[in-house]
Amino acid sequence: MSLRDEVRERIDRLEIPFNRYGVDPYGISKKHLALWYTALGLLYRDYFRVRSYGLGNVPKSGRVMLVGNHSGGVAIDGMMVLASMFFDMEPPRLAQGMVDKFINRIPIASLMSCRLGQFTGLPEHAVHLLRDERMLMVFPEGTRGTRKLYWERTSLVQFGSGFMRLALQTKSPIVPFGFIGGGDAMPTVLNASRLGALVGVPYVPITPYLLPVPIPVPLAVHYGEPIYEEGSGNEDDATIEHKVEQVKLRIAELIEQGEKVRAGRAPRLTA
Amino acid sequence: MKVLIPGVAGLLARIVARKMLDRGHEVVGIDSRPWGDPPKGLTLHTMDIRKRSAEDVFRSFRPDTVVHMATVTHLLKKSSDDRYRINLGGTRAVFDHCNTYGVPNVIFVGRHTYYGAGPDSPLYHTEEEPPTGANTFPELADLVAADLYAGSALWRYPNLGTSVLRLCYTLGPSKHGTLAAFIKGPRVPMVFGFDPLFHFMHEEDAAEAIIAAAEKKVRGVFNVSGPPPLPLSIIIREAGRTPIPVPEVIFRMALGRFGLPSLATGAIAHIKYPIVIDSLPFRKLTGFRFKYDAPATLEAFAKASPVG
Repeated sequence: MSLRDEVRERIDRLEIPFNRYGVDPYGISKKHLALWYTALGLLYRDYFRVRSYGLGNVPKSGRVMLVGNHSGGVAIDGMMVLASMFFDMEPPRLAQGMVDKFINRIPIASLMSCRLGQFTGLPEHAVHLLRDERMLMVFPEGTRGTRKLYWERTSLVQFGSGFMRLALQTKSPIVPFGFIGGGDAMPTVLNASRLGALVGVPYVPITPYLLPVPIPVPLAVHYGEPIYEEGSGNEDDATIEHKVEQVKLRIAELIEQGEKVRAGRAPRLTA
Repeated sequence: MKVLIPGVAGLLARIVARKMLDRGHEVVGIDSRPWGDPPKGLTLHTMDIRKRSAEDVFRSFRPDTVVHMATVTHLLKKSSDDRYRINLGGTRAVFDHCNTYGVPNVIFVGRHTYYGAGPDSPLYHTEEEPPTGANTFPELADLVAADLYAGSALWRYPNLGTSVLRLCYTLGPSKHGTLAAFIKGPRVPMVFGFDPLFHFMHEEDAAEAIIAAAEKKVRGVFNVSGPPPLPLSIIIREAGRTPIPVPEVIFRMALGRFGLPSLATGAIAHIKYPIVIDSLPFRKLTGFRFKYDAPATLEAFAKASPVG
């Protein structure tokens, strides 16, 4: 089966209520998904050769939040997690990320992110999608995470706590994941904020070879066991922070585990 | 019910009036605009709602339900002082008279555009959300003010059963409404790189929803919608028109020329970003169900308004 046919067949098996125009109530469109996942498929399988571990930890249906580490300048990790859920889950799942606000101001980027179900990171969106039993992908480090420089690539920066309140409020399980290799694919040495301001993005990652284009290193995603937290979402900050720290620890463990697996799989790339 | 409809000559209001009469209600209408052939049984007063004579209609008719539809909600028309006065002055007069003459139920028919469109406003607005976008779109300000003013009647006049409806766009054979006017021509401009969801319902369904609110005497602020929204490009194509994506800079200059619709500049955000509402509370309370899905609604519009 060609990649294109495979993508089409997988889209048909998504648990999304498409209408006769191939559009769901959020405006997610089969046509746009087909285009997007075909491109992602090439990146996922041929360019980066991504491996997914622990897929059995991811619920096959129902509301869930995928929560992981961010790195690699232009959110390659996010795209590869989308691809991982689409190509390696049976049945395939549509992960919906929460994108930065600037995306919606840019022509075409706005249109595409909306048609692909990658909505602006607003709590209203998150709550609505989870109540609709969707899969939400969250990077609690936000752009602080994609800004990581090459030598910071496996570290974790401060986690936002909004995702934990959302998980409690909507009683959604959290599946932690560690993304391996994002910082190797995009070895950022400098984030050019002024250049970014000129083109309407927060920053442009500068690599040793200047262009913000990722290099084809093998990547991996390690999914951990789901975490079910109890609460209402209205707990005081200290309680929430404590729960967030536990998730962060779990992700750090998954990253460590992933780095070990990778060390045995391929030689480490030196910048 | 004894129903008084200020703004009865509006195209949606006419449908409401006819349906109310069909259901055996006694209907009186007020409007300063003419209505050539009002249906049998309707008592029509041609007058301005803000004038003293309109108060006399309240005094003598003693309605038990007032459906206030005398607001100018057309986003395609440029704002003017007059429009501002009609919306706010008229709304104030309606609520004052309802209070003075002990009307038990009053329905304010507003619009979902209250929420405003913008890059960081969420899909599926709920009633608790404040209005955004009025700051960038002065034409919207009077609609927002009228909506909030009507909502304040809930605490100012506790004896009055007030319901504020925020209806999504309506579409249908009357060819009336903001969306219908926008997609009237054979070529419909879109802002290049944007294709927002548009939330619309058949005008018959919209009328049924207003009647449901009146008959069930719901109290509060409610979003009212029918089927889920669709991207603008699909709406345009299904209506038999051709979407023309135009870069935003040129879009602003081209409006009102080359057969393109004229549009208030602030309205451009409404063609770039969606306004989608969550109407679950209204459906739960009234049991309202839409009859026309999106394809049927678009077909009805396209049939009544063919291209060429």
